[in-house]
Amino acid sequence: MTTSTTKTSRSAFWQGARAALPFTFVVAPFGLLFGVLAAEAGLDLFQIMGFTVLVVAGAAQFTALTLMLDDAPTLIILTTSLAVNLRMAMYSAALTPHLGKATIWQRAFAAYTLTDQAYALSTVKFEDGVFETLGQKLAFYFGTALPIIPLWYGSSFLGAAIGQSIPAGYPIDFIFPVAFIAMVAPALRTLPHIVAAFVAVTASLLLGWVPYSGGVIVAALLAMAAGAETERRMQGARV
Amino acid sequence: MTEATSLPQSDALIWMIILAMGIGTFAVRFSFMGLLGGVDLPPWVLRYLRYTSVAVIPALIAPLVAWPAATQGQTDPPRLIAALVALMVGYWSKNVLVTMVCAIAVLLLAQAALT
Repeated sequence: MTTSTTKTSRSAFWQGARAALPFTFVVAPFGLLFGVLAAEAGLDLFQIMGFTVLVVAGAAQFTALTLMLDDAPTLIILTTSLAVNLRMAMYSAALTPHLGKATIWQRAFAAYTLTDQAYALSTVKFEDGVFETLGQKLAFYFGTALPIIPLWYGSSFLGAAIGQSIPAGYPIDFIFPVAFIAMVAPALRTLPHIVAAFVAVTASLLLGWVPYSGGVIVAALLAMAAGAETERRMQGARV
Repeated sequence: MTEATSLPQSDALIWMIILAMGIGTFAVRFSFMGLLGGVDLPPWVLRYLRYTSVAVIPALIAPLVAWPAATQGQTDPPRLIAALVALMVGYWSKNVLVTMVCAIAVLLLAQAALT
C-alpha cells in the first residue's frame, strides 16, 4: 500500500511538471527581461538575484523597478508592488481546502512556490477529483513548480549577465509598458475586467498630478471597486 | 542610453526594498494556506482580489505611455501606437514574446517614419 501511494505521488509529481512545461515560454522571457532591465537600471547581480529569489513575482518586481527609477517614496514602491501581488491571497485561499492539512513546512514551501501557473493548473486538477490523497495533491502542486521556479532564477540570471551589452539608442524604456500590456491584455476577456482596466487607465491619467505616484494607488482602488461592482451587478442580473 | 543608469536609491535602501518585498509577498502567499486555514473570505473580498492585477497594472503604465520620461513627459505618437499594437496583439495572441516583438518593431518603425 505504501509503495503504491509513493508510486502514485511520484507520477502525480511528474504529471504536474509536464502540465507546467508549456508555461516555460511565458516565464523565461519575463525572467530574462527582468534581468536585463534591472541591470540596465543599475542593480548589481546580487540585488537582481535577491529580487528574483526572495520575491519570485514578475509583475511585482517590474513594478518596484519602475517606481524605483521614478524615485518614488519607499512606502509607495512597497505598497504598489505588493498590491500587484494581492491576487496571490485569492490563490492562497483557493488552495487552502486542498493543501491546508499539509505540515507547516510543506505549506510554507507551497506558499513560496505559489505562482499564477501553479494556482491555475492545480485548482483545475484538484477540482476534477482525480487526486484523492493530500500526498498526491502536494506532489502535483510541487511538480508544477519544477519547470517554473528554477527557470525563473536562471533566465533572470542570464538577463542580468547580458544586460550591459544591449546596444545603445534603442527605446528600451518602453519595454516596461509593453511587457505590462502583454501581461494584462489576455486577461481582458470579461466585461468586469475591461471595466476595471478602463477605470484604472482613466483615473490614473486624471490623477497624474498627485505627487509621489500616489494617483496610481487611488486609481487601482477605484478600478478594483469598478470591476467587483460590475461583476456583482452582472450576477444580480442573471439570478 | 550608453551606460547603465544608476538608481536614485542607496544600496542599503535597495536591499531594504528587496527584503520588505520578499517578506510581504511571502506573507500574501502564505496568508490563507498558512495562518487563516479555516477562515472563509467574504465573497466581496474575493471579488475585489480578482481585479487587483487588472487594476494596478493599467494604472501603473497609463502615465508611462501617455507621458514618457524618455521624451521629457511629452506625449509621443510612436509610443501610443506601439502601446495600442501591444494591446491588440496581446489580446489575440496571448503570447508575451510575440506581443513584445511586434510592439517594439512597430515603435522602431513609427519612430523612423515620423522623424
